[in-house]
Amino acid sequence: MGGRMLIGTGAGYSGDRLDAPLSVVRDLRASGERAAIMFETLGERTLALAQLRRRQDPAIGYEPKLAALLAPVLKDCIDGNIAIVGNFGAANPPAAGRLIARLAADAGTGARIGVITGDDMLDADGLDVLRACCEDLPEKNKLVSANAYLGAAPIVEALGAGANVVVTGRVADPSLALGPLIHAFGWSFDDWATLGRGTMAGHLLECGAQVSGGYYADPGFKDVPAPENIGYPIAEIDAGGGIVIGKAAGGGLVDRHTVTEQLLYEVHDPAAYITPDVVADISDASLTELGNNRVRVEGVAGHARPDRLKVTVCYDGGWLGEGEISYYGPNALARARLAGEIVRRRSPPGIRIRRDVIGVLSVLGDDDGRAWDNFGDLAATGSEDVRLRVAFAGDDKALVERGLAEVEALYCAGPAAGGGIRLALRPRIAATSCFVPRDAVRAKVAFMEAAHG
Amino acid sequence: MVDMCLHALAHARSGDKGDRLNISLIAYAPELFPLLVEAVTESAVATLFAHRRPSSVRRYVLPKLGALNFVLDNILDGGVTQALNLDSHGKTLSYCLLGLSIAVPDELVGFSRPHLKFDN
Repeated sequence: MGGRMLIGTGAGYSGDRLDAPLSVVRDLRASGERAAIMFETLGERTLALAQLRRRQDPAIGYEPKLAALLAPVLKDCIDGNIAIVGNFGAANPPAAGRLIARLAADAGTGARIGVITGDDMLDADGLDVLRACCEDLPEKNKLVSANAYLGAAPIVEALGAGANVVVTGRVADPSLALGPLIHAFGWSFDDWATLGRGTMAGHLLECGAQVSGGYYADPGFKDVPAPENIGYPIAEIDAGGGIVIGKAAGGGLVDRHTVTEQLLYEVHDPAAYITPDVVADISDASLTELGNNRVRVEGVAGHARPDRLKVTVCYDGGWLGEGEISYYGPNALARARLAGEIVRRRSPPGIRIRRDVIGVLSVLGDDDGRAWDNFGDLAATGSEDVRLRVAFAGDDKALVERGLAEVEALYCAGPAAGGGIRLALRPRIAATSCFVPRDAVRAKVAFMEAAHG
Repeated sequence: MVDMCLHALAHARSGDKGDRLNISLIAYAPELFPLLVEAVTESAVATLFAHRRPSSVRRYVLPKLGALNFVLDNILDGGVTQALNLDSHGKTLSYCLLGLSIAVPDELVGFSRPHLKFDN
């Protein structure tokens, strides 16, 4: 099978811009080409938080913004034959599948939804595997989630069975793009060089705007057109794995510099970018600017996939407390530091404490923004506007609360003229990772149908 | 020779995995890349980040991309799930690297940023 395929990104993380998919889908449809859109919404701890929500209510535990992300584009994608692949199933892909079926029915369209599970290792069999492979596995009652990184194979299987939408939990991020590519081009699962190229296309796409001018602007040094309205990336990939990175209409930019930043993002040894599908190698990669926000990526190689799969294990990480208070004017820094010392002396033993001093404009400004608009003048005056931050961490919630109470008490008992206290207390999720034999993880693919409206 | 911040010569992005941070350093112009290779060594970066006590600093050279990739271990106080830092990911640390000052030969100064011409 020849030709080429377009893959766009609808979301690069759980908190991403909700309107991003609109221009991507519009451009993919207008192209009339074979196309898919990927949604990556699952950070390392996002899944653990989803697991906690699922424990509260078995009907949830998927990406909370799923409906807001998908509803505006679902019918367009199905009508335009644009495959949707997303890890927005989080801790509960079947529930996400049911929601998508309802969204499709509401939009008056049918849909075949592929639901991928098997990444969850917290069942009895999975725990046995983890105990055998993980040296420092926390006690069972502390475990929140343990999910293996699946690869592209179950996505390929779901698309091969006619799915319009593929919902996953934990899958290696680039596999969300590699799956549709293998399905489209019939690539072999041991064609390492080609899988390496498809994987790096996925890597460039997985963080959304981070390759098309997001997370890039530095005024006067790296200026980005219309950074409030960045067109999210669309990659063109051919049957041999040739990659051109472009973007949807709107602001942002794609050039050699934006692509290089994302190519190396979260990469350690460039010759060994490891996913469940392949060990991709960008040590000899090169880029060519084609103009009009398009960059060709060449020289990507690949090596045989690893024998073991990574599992991210999340567990109860105790409590984090954070308190802040501002000081302004003469001797502000000395008063803030004294406040930090007082809090340290009075905080209970047995918890960790850290202090920071933040400051340019935290309390001096006015609600109408006159100080903000005249920021240059303000900075030139050398005014002291500093904000003490104190962070506490520990397993015992009561002790962390006592630390925070010492920040609160600064109002009446601390140094002169402290103001604007804010306190926050939240549970923490800790994470560790281990590696398990590939055959100990069994991905499952199921299907749901949305009836025609 | 002129002393300049890396910020005028290159751009950078950091990414984290657990307690490991990588920082890419990308030359604004190919002419500047050999200077980065010479001046921004593993030991220079280890010295720059000494206050965060990395257990190791490795550098990978990518000539075709005009980029260096630094990998710093155990620099994030345990990483995003442990550290008390506001930026527990270490996302802002790319600009710590860009604060490093190096000596730039006069003939290369013209490749630095900001450019004299601004569109906005």
